[in-house]
Amino acid sequence: MPLAKTFSFIKDKFPESVYDVTESSGEQIFHIRSEVVRDVLEIFKEKGFNFLADITAIDNLTLGGFERYAVVYHLLSHDSLERVTVKAYVAEDKPSIPSVEKLWKTADWQEREIYDLFGITFDGHPNMVRIMNPDDFTGHPLRKDYPRLGNKERDDYPVIKPAFKRK
Amino acid sequence: MDQDYIKSNVLTTTLESAINWGRKHSLWPMPFGTACCGIEFMAVLASRTDLARFGAEAIRFSPRQSDLLIVAGRISIKMMPVLIRIYEQMPEPKWVISMGACASSGGVFDTYSVIQGIDRFIPVDVYVPGCPPRPEGVVDGLMKLQKKVGKEKLSDYTTSNTS
Repeated sequence: MPLAKTFSFIKDKFPESVYDVTESSGEQIFHIRSEVVRDVLEIFKEKGFNFLADITAIDNLTLGGFERYAVVYHLLSHDSLERVTVKAYVAEDKPSIPSVEKLWKTADWQEREIYDLFGITFDGHPNMVRIMNPDDFTGHPLRKDYPRLGNKERDDYPVIKPAFKRK
Repeated sequence: MDQDYIKSNVLTTTLESAINWGRKHSLWPMPFGTACCGIEFMAVLASRTDLARFGAEAIRFSPRQSDLLIVAGRISIKMMPVLIRIYEQMPEPKWVISMGACASSGGVFDTYSVIQGIDRFIPVDVYVPGCPPRPEGVVDGLMKLQKKVGKEKLSDYTTSNTS
């Protein structure tokens, strides 16, 4: 079982940075600290997990977890057809995590999307700007404490008045 | 010339009503379709409810050639500056139909990213309700706009308050 071997290899290398290893729906989930995520994913890439299927993020405000945010990496090995999920936990007071854009080019836009919607900055990213919302937008809408109603839309556009009186 | 000949051949009217008559029967729509209302607007132009019967069949996708802006669909916060620019590019006189629930009020999209009614930023003449409206509803809205155009006064037009 090469996956278990990889797990123990990473555990030996970063003993303080691995929180837990769990399993959900037959898929191994690897819970780590955010500081080592680039090194851990580099090891996974060397061990055959060559494809970064997805990056997403979770706000654990109501769920509970090791930290407030979790950035989730879904890896796939095209050789062994194994999948692994890496969850890197990001602290609330300093939401930043190393970028993996140098390992997988596809991480570029996905990390920008996470920055746009969750406000987690990716250190080492070449172009850390919003991807969907306007550049002067404030707030990060997918955070659980973002009000669903309230500061819901912009009102700083010019209001155009009709050029003649309307009856 | 004999009196009966003049009565049957000469029509007297005001300049205002003659201009309004020409304007309201030759509206050139500019469709701003961003969602399913844009698809429904295509049905308005098709054979069953033919918008050409009301003189509004000359669809122009250039705002500089049109005088009726039909906003069909939800407008996001990123699209609103585009819509404002297009409205300002249209020459006077111009009218706006807000087609459907999303353009009029935001509809079901009560979120941070959707404008809750385009009338917050640009003037709207006729609101057509529905999600999306039936083609008959759009035709009814256009006829209501024609009535409105027919009642306009030329003395109301001024270019001083275009702030």
